[in-house]
Amino acid sequence: MRIITATHVKYYHVCHRKLWLFDRDLWMEHTSEAVQGGELLHQTAYPQRAERYREISLGGSKIDFYDPHRRVVHEIKSSQKLEESHVAQLKYYLWLLEEAGVEGPTAILEYPKQRQTLHVSLTADDRTAIQQWLTGIRQLQAEEAPCPPTINKPFCRQCSYYDFCYVGE
Amino acid sequence: MRKTYYLFNPGRLARKDNTLQYTAYDEDGLPGQVKYLPVEDVADLYVFGSLDANSSLYNFLGKQGISVHFFDYYEHYTGSFMAKEYLLAGKLQVQQTQHYISKPKRMALARKFVEGSAFNLLKNLRYYQGRGRDVAVYIDQIEGYVAALPHAAAVPELMGLEGNIRQTYYAGFDRLVPGDYSFGTRTTQPPQNELNALMSFGNMLCYAACLSQIYHTQLNPTISFLHEPGTRRFSLALDLAEVFKPLLVDRLIFRVLNKKEIQPKDFVQDLGRCVLKEPARKTVVRVFEERLKETIQHRSLKRSVSYQHLIKLECYKLTKHLMQLEEYKPFKAWW
Ligand code: SF4
Repeated sequence: MRIITATHVKYYHVCHRKLWLFDRDLWMEHTSEAVQGGELLHQTAYPQRAERYREISLGGSKIDFYDPHRRVVHEIKSSQKLEESHVAQLKYYLWLLEEAGVEGPTAILEYPKQRQTLHVSLTADDRTAIQQWLTGIRQLQAEEAPCPPTINKPFCRQCSYYDFCYVGE
Repeated sequence: MRKTYYLFNPGRLARKDNTLQYTAYDEDGLPGQVKYLPVEDVADLYVFGSLDANSSLYNFLGKQGISVHFFDYYEHYTGSFMAKEYLLAGKLQVQQTQHYISKPKRMALARKFVEGSAFNLLKNLRYYQGRGRDVAVYIDQIEGYVAALPHAAAVPELMGLEGNIRQTYYAGFDRLVPGDYSFGTRTTQPPQNELNALMSFGNMLCYAACLSQIYHTQLNPTISFLHEPGTRRFSLALDLAEVFKPLLVDRLIFRVLNKKEIQPKDFVQDLGRCVLKEPARKTVVRVFEERLKETIQHRSLKRSVSYQHLIKLECYKLTKHLMQLEEYKPFKAWW
């Protein structure tokens, strides 16, 4: 079975086509300015936090900031535009932690630019939902799964696959 | 935006922290002027003059994803230092190989490249026809060959038609450039007159530009469809260049000759071959680079894109074809 990472979960909530392409290693992010900006944000936004937080790897996903004592995951994003997918990604981290035997982990999602903070925890409903996401992702990963169509949403304009998807002739 | 850098003069390239330090050698081979290039500005390097460098430089370039392409004195492409192929995608590789192995699949793609090329070179002839140059006979003749494309049963036949199209096109070319020049016949090995020398140099730049773009996608540059893989190491770039040469190279030739930016004195005969002198080479590179940066309004993307980006888009279209998302339609100049 192919590995499912937090990026898969995030893309599953953004666009199935994006997930399909990403899963087949057709990556575009390396050319995207936005992603480079995101990486820079991690490096510069909270330098003093490096002390308490650790980077950990779980089931193919990398959590950049995890506080093992308080069992808190920290995630920093630059824009609230795709909040739903950010929350989904965090819930997946929490689920992975639970699977690894951590009890009652929680998460904090921060948008430093907008000075917004969101607390995330895992409910029973979430656990059911995550099973459904994983099934959905596996279906898209299947060898014979056709590439989902473009979604034609305003978001496409910012997506690194925009040119790929809409180049036409 | 990262840029392509061309190194014409002999010199030494070294790593200096996070910059590249280039020391040009003067006529006596002594170190002269020093220049610094921040690596984040560099997309790739094209080396024409002799270059001294050591492995720590190449390790550094490799880590930064910067490739180096080498050309000999006669401007022939001789090889590349390619940064680790960080973008290869397994499923795409398999598909690309299958499209080469399967004869109908390969033919379908190969035919598209010739179609695209023919469409774009006819566009050039029609442009001049509209300006009162009489090239109608050539246009008719080429259209005849294009009509035969769907009936070609195998790649060599397709290559034959492609050859006929080019030969006819070059005959028309003679009417579009000043009287000092004439193709005679197209000679590549070696180019024997000015027009041939200019075309060889331009085609080489186009090939290199295609290679750079392919390298920034996940396509494997060694597996091609129209050209036999191995014709040159990165033969997929030859396939793509076919489509872009009429716009990137041929129009450049019309321009530099008609505007007299290049003149007969800019060439030298050397051991039975004709080559461009160095200042003229720089002129051609400059015009070519300007051309790559020039933008046009893209029809479906609804924004302006550069010619260079058009090559990348072509790689995306090819990827989509190979992954069976959308049939490849070659780029056809729409303006
Ligand atoms: S451009 Fe739009 S359709 Fe294409 S992958 Fe991105 S979000 Fe999906």
